[in-house]
Amino acid sequence: MAEANTPGLKTSRLKDRPLSPHLQIYKPMLTMTMSIVHRITGGALYFGVLLLVWWLIAAAIGPNAYAALQWFMETWLGRLILFGYTWALIHHMLGGMRHLIWDMGYGFGANEREWLAAATLVGSIVFTILLWIVGYLIMGGIR
Amino acid sequence: MVQLTLPQNSKITEGKTWERPSGARRVTAFRIYRWSPDDDANPRMDTYFVDRDDCAPMVLDALIWIKNKIDPTLTFRRSCREGVCGSCAMNIDGTNTLACTKGMDEIKDTIKIYPLPHQPVVKDLVPDLTNFYAQYASIEPWLKTTSPTPEKEWRQSHEDRQKLDDHYECILCACCSTACPSYWWNPDRYLGPAALLQANRWISDSRDEATGERLDNLEDPFRLYRCHTIMNCSKACPKGLNPAKSIAAIKKRMVERQV
Repeated sequence: MAEANTPGLKTSRLKDRPLSPHLQIYKPMLTMTMSIVHRITGGALYFGVLLLVWWLIAAAIGPNAYAALQWFMETWLGRLILFGYTWALIHHMLGGMRHLIWDMGYGFGANEREWLAAATLVGSIVFTILLWIVGYLIMGGIR
Repeated sequence: MVQLTLPQNSKITEGKTWERPSGARRVTAFRIYRWSPDDDANPRMDTYFVDRDDCAPMVLDALIWIKNKIDPTLTFRRSCREGVCGSCAMNIDGTNTLACTKGMDEIKDTIKIYPLPHQPVVKDLVPDLTNFYAQYASIEPWLKTTSPTPEKEWRQSHEDRQKLDDHYECILCACCSTACPSYWWNPDRYLGPAALLQANRWISDSRDEATGERLDNLEDPFRLYRCHTIMNCSKACPKGLNPAKSIAAIKKRMVERQV
């Protein structure tokens, strides 16, 4: 009875209900962003492994194949990809440690969770740069 | 499923700009999500101007002021106006909170208001929370016992009672669950922070005798383990609770009972 007199309650309208906006309007949060970056770096590492495979296969095939790899890795694009891979690896590793801390039940306080997220980001950048400086020092300077 | 964009019928269009109150000296602008089932139009954003010298300080006060003085068709839920009932949960200034406890002065510039995210909209700021309530029911939020009922009440020590702190205060406003991206992508299979916080409330209750059964029901790749500690839940909770921590406590129990 009531339904017949209430146009808003027609069942056909129920299907048409719009979905309220979500990602488009939610304020970006550091913890949320770090979670997304953890996913993206995790995905990027799949491609990073291809670099490792290329390196190993080139070493197995012989001097010419290895020289080709060496040449590419010394170009600016090569270095950039390698730098990005290093960063993704370290960011994902630190993210993994953050998840381990949370899985053990620690670090959920309002300040702790922000600190952990910030530490992942800052730590990943600092360690990546340090690793490259050490790498170049071992090689005896930028070549 | 992850779907980053809105369906065609949910895309938001530019709406109406309502008249400024004449003679007002202190004015705050509001951008408010509107959608009505009575026509076939897409959702739109209407602009309102609130005379702050004529209006109490909270966002809910402004919504009521608009409804009384400018546009009686503006639709929203509200009841207690003091953060106890959870009715006026909505997305204000980009985060989920209660309109009644959010001060207008906490927000700079224009105040943007949307319904709770990723929910079917009944009208304007009123979301359909049927699924949310069904998930709450699914964790069976009542005391389950097998022992004979005592002659008086079920006794509990002060220490055991304290284990329910940070859980019993939950008002089921849905701010946390609808702030969670994991819940957005799997609303039908992931229980979401609110239902899981409540699940932990009963798991932690010293009087409850169905702990194992409760954990069995949550041992599922989606129901519990879709939580990826994104933390939006804990940051949104208007009661200062920590659903992410409660979910971690359940995950820990899952491990502990296996070793």
